[in-house]
Amino acid sequence: MKKLSLIFIILLSFNAKLVLAQEEAYPLEAANVNIEDKDSLQRGLRNFIYSCFGCHSMKFQRYERVANDLGIPEDIMMQYMIFNPGIKFGDLMTNSMDEKDAKQWFGATPPDLNLITRAKGVDWVYTYLKTFYEDELRPYGVNNKVYPDVGMPHVLIGLQGVQVDTCGPNDDPELRDPLTGEKLCGLKVDSSRKGSMTPEQYDQFVYDIVNFLHYSAEPFKKEREYIGVYVLLFLLLFFVFAYLLKREYWKDVD
Amino acid sequence: MLKRILYWVNDRLPVIEAWERHLSKYYAAKNFNFWYYFGALSLLVLVNQLLTGVWLTMSYNPSSEGAFASVEYIMRDVEFGWLIRYMHSTGASMFFVVIYLHMFKAILYGSYKLPRELIWIFGMAIYLALMAEAFMGYLLPWGQMSYWGAQVIISLFGSIPVIGPDLQQWIRGDYLISGITLNRFFALHVVALPIVLLGLVVLHILALHEVGSNNPDGIEIKKNKDKNGIPIDGVAFHPYYTVKDIVGVTVFLFVFCGIIFFFPEMGGYFLEHANFEQANSLKTPEHIAPSWYFGAFYSILRAITFDIGPIDSKLGGVIAFAGAIAILFVLPWLDRSPVKSWRYKGFISRIAIILFAIVFVTLIWLGTKPTTDTYTIMSQVCTFLYFSFFIFMPIYSSREKIYPVPKRVTS
Repeated sequence: MKKLSLIFIILLSFNAKLVLAQEEAYPLEAANVNIEDKDSLQRGLRNFIYSCFGCHSMKFQRYERVANDLGIPEDIMMQYMIFNPGIKFGDLMTNSMDEKDAKQWFGATPPDLNLITRAKGVDWVYTYLKTFYEDELRPYGVNNKVYPDVGMPHVLIGLQGVQVDTCGPNDDPELRDPLTGEKLCGLKVDSSRKGSMTPEQYDQFVYDIVNFLHYSAEPFKKEREYIGVYVLLFLLLFFVFAYLLKREYWKDVD
Repeated sequence: MLKRILYWVNDRLPVIEAWERHLSKYYAAKNFNFWYYFGALSLLVLVNQLLTGVWLTMSYNPSSEGAFASVEYIMRDVEFGWLIRYMHSTGASMFFVVIYLHMFKAILYGSYKLPRELIWIFGMAIYLALMAEAFMGYLLPWGQMSYWGAQVIISLFGSIPVIGPDLQQWIRGDYLISGITLNRFFALHVVALPIVLLGLVVLHILALHEVGSNNPDGIEIKKNKDKNGIPIDGVAFHPYYTVKDIVGVTVFLFVFCGIIFFFPEMGGYFLEHANFEQANSLKTPEHIAPSWYFGAFYSILRAITFDIGPIDSKLGGVIAFAGAIAILFVLPWLDRSPVKSWRYKGFISRIAIILFAIVFVTLIWLGTKPTTDTYTIMSQVCTFLYFSFFIFMPIYSSREKIYPVPKRVTS
């Protein structure tokens, strides 16, 4: 058994080294989402509706469900979050942008964002929204660190300001620490082209969106974990009786 | 009153005899260990899949336009739909976990050897049907990985000489994977294959109960009977093993429910991240990997990177892939050891079994990774070792020094 585990450890450490050897991807920033934070989720909904929903739908989710889960009264939801009078409270959150038009405008239809955090990961989306930077070669003048050459314009540029990559397009060895090899450059908001928000405010703004997206990807997550605790507790209790019953029967087997 | 109904039925259908034959008077060795839980557990998971599957079918829409949305509809708008869906998706992966452990039990204790060859054959047929069932079920959520995973596997048929391309088109029913493919896979997944599976499971159990269960010592307990004709080392399956299995089931459910309620994606292995994006025939994902449970055979397929004479690497891979599964069927005739259990087999057999387990797990792991030079070499080494386990078995199992087998089971 010891030998077996030793082989496994060797194999595992081998694996770890291989992973490190792979190409250096842009490091993702931890979003630390929290679906218990209703204030953040409500702000996230508002940010989403005002900044994202024009192009991105959320077509598996209903307004009613969101309002109920986030503790928003129906009249407030209808008044401030729904602009089309033809839409009912129980409708799905589809948007009005035509897919064909969208394709012509952006080169690709903006994806539905209902499940984006499950497909890409919360940290990925969080970092993505924070790493747009100026790039003259791209049609909208911006590029992205975690999704290079993405077709999306930097919609939040007015809030964040214009970020520039002080590293430049090439990996300049002079911009690295000679001892650790760590990069000394990175993304920075250009001081002459600041946005309407401070970096902290912008982080919070993006965080709230990501938190809301995370909620939307699995709105039943809270319920799932809540029930799960009771199910596991029941099984623990049941195990005791099941074990005692087994012991009782097996007493007479030598 | 109940008794009278029972006798009334029994006069017309031998239910009492069946109960006794398969449960209350079916004697199994009293020294079953950890490995013997997984047969009963596979049955439990099968029932779980059938029941949750029926309920999923009630709200699922098998069309390329509606499939993906209907799965999300089940998860969000159907009462406890998320639970039913996660039970089904977790059940699919856990089915393979328990089946692999169940099969490994048979390898450890030689449960495939005379007189249980047919049980093994039926078991392998179940495994084959299960792989087909899982493969077709995986297309149904119509996510990116469903689509491209199926694309990769179906294209394997295209490498068969002469009939390949036509066969591929016949399976898909279209020039590419489409709603037509989805519909036929749905029909096979919910009707045809479950019937086959159930039939095979019945045969597997009937064949088992004809010759009796093996045990960790590989001794025939029927050779030692008391004056009533009951094996001395045996206990009645019911109630002894039923109450014991309830304990095992509880532990299993603890793990199973832990996954369902707290880690339904299992880090992207039970529900792949790419599958939360709807299938798109124009957008190939960066890294396509079939579900983890096909990983071992997928690695073997990818390990053949070279042409062998007239066989190109693609066809070679498919042959290795098919051969890796096919060789399992003839295992009972490859093992020439005079003893069944690895407890009494020689040193080489024991090492071979442990190495085989490590190789199999490594191949599964490699199957989920993108190809790199190192991984390819690793999978080639593992593929060689995988086949060596079987091909050299007639030699090493018959020549090694074995240990004396006790007359009675050890506790």
